Amino acid sequence: MADIVKLTDQTFDETIGGSDKPVLVDFWAEWCGPCKMIAPVLEELADEHSESIAIAKLNVDDNPSTAMRYNVMSIPTLLVFKPGDTAAEAKRLVGAKGKGQLLQDLAEFVA
Amino acid sequence: MTQHRKVVIVGSGPAGLTAATYAARGNLEPVVIEGIAAGGQLMLTNDVENFPGFPDPVTGPELMSKMREQAARFGAEYVTADADRVDFSERPFGVWVGDDEYRADAVIISTGAKARMLGLPSEEALLGKGVSTCATCDGFFYRDKPLAIVGGGDSAMEEATFLTKFATKVTVVHRRHELRASKIMQERAFANPKIEFRWNTVIDDVVGNGSVEAVELSDTETGETSRLDVDGLFIAIGHDPNTDLFPGQLDLDDEGYIITEPSSTRTSVEGVFAAGDVQDHVFRQAVTAAGSGCMAAMEAERYLEALAHAAATT
Repeated sequence: MADIVKLTDQTFDETIGGSDKPVLVDFWAEWCGPCKMIAPVLEELADEHSESIAIAKLNVDDNPSTAMRYNVMSIPTLLVFKPGDTAAEAKRLVGAKGKGQLLQDLAEFVA
Repeated sequence: MTQHRKVVIVGSGPAGLTAATYAARGNLEPVVIEGIAAGGQLMLTNDVENFPGFPDPVTGPELMSKMREQAARFGAEYVTADADRVDFSERPFGVWVGDDEYRADAVIISTGAKARMLGLPSEEALLGKGVSTCATCDGFFYRDKPLAIVGGGDSAMEEATFLTKFATKVTVVHRRHELRASKIMQERAFANPKIEFRWNTVIDDVVGNGSVEAVELSDTETGETSRLDVDGLFIAIGHDPNTDLFPGQLDLDDEGYIITEPSSTRTSVEGVFAAGDVQDHVFRQAVTAAGSGCMAAMEAERYLEALAHAAATT
């Protein structure tokens, strides 16, 4: 069982930069219905695919500057970063999805 | 894996969950294929002010979680995935979810409807980067910025009003010269100093590269074009029914809604019932959906009793 890392504006660069695996970051907020829909799917992903991908989440309410930096204007937005590369995301997925759809979209990262 | 059930319910908005509560209380042991978008459109709704029994506003997700819990209390089971295929040509009916096959004596369809899009390539390219279909999710990102919203119904007015909490100005772009919205929603929007209206106007294009800069508009009467600088565009132009699974299985109307018999949830296939927005493009309310979900469960129960009776007497 792998934990979902809670990122902040302060810890973002260090955590993504120091990861040896791709990291999926879930940009979310408490008041967002679709974010609540996708949360359990990400928990399953963290449990089942911890070998190939790390899952993290960032609350946009508390951490607006990271959301702005990556031009996140809609939540949930999922950004996948390659190991150590915080310059730009390798993949951007917008909106809630089911597990099947998500695994398909993440096929290049998830073993 | 194949399992046989008395009732399979496809969809988990107010219609599906009310059907589940009634069916479960009637010992029909329903399984609800609740779908990826479990809870339906109310999961995207902030305050629900008109559902009976809630004098204080309740949030859409909270209402749906209570309905889900209520049906679960009587034994309804949930499958959190989309149905991929149905076969209503043989009995028991077939419903497939991935590799799992459900065989059902009766099926209740409550797959609802989803937001319609304008259909512009620029709209698709900028979705999530300034183009949004969910004001309650994304309004937050537009603090002190100008916005446009397209649509003229209740949801457009509700979202426009909600967006004024954040935006400097919200321009409602509507293709007609009057709103379809209910009186109270219209009055709220007209009274709001931050909301402006562009009548008889359609959106030709969304301008921007990586983020929204403006929308290009044209007047449907004069043909005159103009540009409106905004940081975001919200889409609220109505809904399309989620009936991709059913052509060739059930009779649908010209707009794709499932046709049901008057004052009933019976579809063109005996034993298959439809409830909620998937068969209703007139009322489309949580409470009417719930009401028709109740009807579907009671009609399914009667249908199953008649089946059992026929089997016992032959």
